[in-house]
Amino acid sequence: MKDWNYRLAEQRGLILAIAVFTAMFAFYIAKHPAGLTANVATTAANKGVLLALVGMAQTIPVVTSGLDLSVGMVFVLANCVASKIMTGSPLATAFGALAVLAVGILCGAINGAVVVYGRLQPIIATLATGTIYYGLALALRPAPGGDINTDFADAVSGSLPGGIPASLVLLVGVVAVVWIPYRRSVLGRAAYAVGSSEQAAYMSGVPIATAKFLAYVLAGLFAAIAGLLLTCITYSGEASAAIGGSYTLNSIAAVVIGGTSLFGGSGGAIGSIFGAFVLRTIGDLLFVFDMDALWQPLFLGAVLLVAVSLGSFRLLRIKNRLELYR
Amino acid sequence: MLAGIVKRVDPAVLAVFACIVLLLLGGSLYSRNFLSPEYLLQQLNVAAFLGIIASGVMLVVLLGHIDLSMPWVVTIGGMMSTAAAGWGDLGAALAIPFGIVCGLAVGLINGLGVAFLRVPSMIFTLGMNAIAQGLMVLHTSGFAPQDHATRTMHLIAVERSILGIPNALWIWAVVGAAVVILLKRTAFGRRVYAIGNRERAVYLSGVDARRVVVACFAVAGACSAFAGVLLAGYSTKAYQAMGDPYLLPVIAAVVLGGTSILGGRGTYLGTVAGVTLITLLQSILSVVQMPEAGRQITYGALIVAMLLFYGRERLQH
Repeated sequence: MKDWNYRLAEQRGLILAIAVFTAMFAFYIAKHPAGLTANVATTAANKGVLLALVGMAQTIPVVTSGLDLSVGMVFVLANCVASKIMTGSPLATAFGALAVLAVGILCGAINGAVVVYGRLQPIIATLATGTIYYGLALALRPAPGGDINTDFADAVSGSLPGGIPASLVLLVGVVAVVWIPYRRSVLGRAAYAVGSSEQAAYMSGVPIATAKFLAYVLAGLFAAIAGLLLTCITYSGEASAAIGGSYTLNSIAAVVIGGTSLFGGSGGAIGSIFGAFVLRTIGDLLFVFDMDALWQPLFLGAVLLVAVSLGSFRLLRIKNRLELYR
Repeated sequence: MLAGIVKRVDPAVLAVFACIVLLLLGGSLYSRNFLSPEYLLQQLNVAAFLGIIASGVMLVVLLGHIDLSMPWVVTIGGMMSTAAAGWGDLGAALAIPFGIVCGLAVGLINGLGVAFLRVPSMIFTLGMNAIAQGLMVLHTSGFAPQDHATRTMHLIAVERSILGIPNALWIWAVVGAAVVILLKRTAFGRRVYAIGNRERAVYLSGVDARRVVVACFAVAGACSAFAGVLLAGYSTKAYQAMGDPYLLPVIAAVVLGGTSILGGRGTYLGTVAGVTLITLLQSILSVVQMPEAGRQITYGALIVAMLLFYGRERLQH
């Protein structure tokens, strides 16, 4: 029984995020004039899954108590690459998709190498590499445009028979094929150990360098999958610093709302997925309530700030003021 | 004597100065104008804006925190001061202080959130950045606000009233001198460094560390907003996202100048060197007429390379 309490406490952030999302989404559907049709679900899912994937990307470096400020730019770069090479025959499209994922992995590997082997602080290092990725995206796509194999795009961004959004299936697939095996692997656990206490992890013989490196590589991979999905939704590529920046910001918000501590060592990608869904549903709710679109950025910012400040309630439980300080 | 000075100066700062000299020499091979006083003064004029932002950001970084709300606080400074200029004569007279006070207010909230709510500064300031952006979107799109800089703002940002040296450079010198005195000659400055090293020890020695943190964030907000005012004066108007291109340069300048991003270590001289280096780098990249994409790539790659060269953390286990 004790074990249960412990496990529940560990997943509190995730459970809270799921509860908030369910309540908000139910409210949204109840308010929506069309109700829950396949169209409404697919649109909501596409938007949500885009951010969920970038949020998952952000989660893994954060778990190692790092940060990846380049996820948004990798996402934009993958979008631009996909809009260049994913055309023509199904075989060519498939190879194009693989190439896009390879680009993401490569970007992640560069981040990982710079942070782990170059021993630079993740914030400044990924801010700088993000600039490089943005430059590359701009070189590929000086103006928005491009093309993608329409059949493939429709299959990924449409809905399956029965009205299930295909992007949601993609997300579940990524969780099942990449996240869960990773979380259960030695390196996945090592990432949590590094985030909890790097010294203790080192003393216990945990492969610190490899775990951190892999965290950034996976971040690049997830961001590239998101970029691929964006291309399927918009049928085009755009090198926009604004899109990259807003996805980076929202990915951090999704991670925090999903219950992952920015100090590392706890939480997980599933929480970030629901964190992302919560963020996207807030935007949708503003829409069904006819709130002026101009208020949306301010409102989202306020939600983010309140969400991160909620953690301060733990301060009330502190008995010794010394614990406030590092 | 010389050896003594060299010994006291951080090797990182020396490396930056060496890079500056190399850049100038390399540039002069491309065009002789690079060594002309006119070109250098113009670069320093532009560097002053970056330098004023970096002064505040450096204080925050010395604490071991970071201020990512800087881009939109710069925009707030520019937009609020130009908006105030639209409220008649009194507004025009108070435009500059009003812009700065708005930035100060955002900085104050940042400080309160970080010091009292204990939210990690990175995420709290990122949230404030989003809120500042939201406020400015509301400000510009409901009605068309006054966005033209006043005569005074133009004067202090562009003209050269004293000895042919840009006014902005004088302002940077004053701000810089104030920061140096604050850091080196006051108890407050010692506390800033101490907090960066170990906040707990500062608390145990009877200092209210939280007040110091709030003050530093407030100063950072004011500096960013002041730079926004100057930028609005420089380009004669304030516009959305005018601060966005400054985030990476400012942090890179502070870090390249030898200030540890973990806090507790760094000199203002290093920040001056970092700001100069970054400005020259940007200028040279635009002079050789490289397209925007190539500029971004080179710029990012050079910053990573320079950091790898000497910005590495010591191996610690």
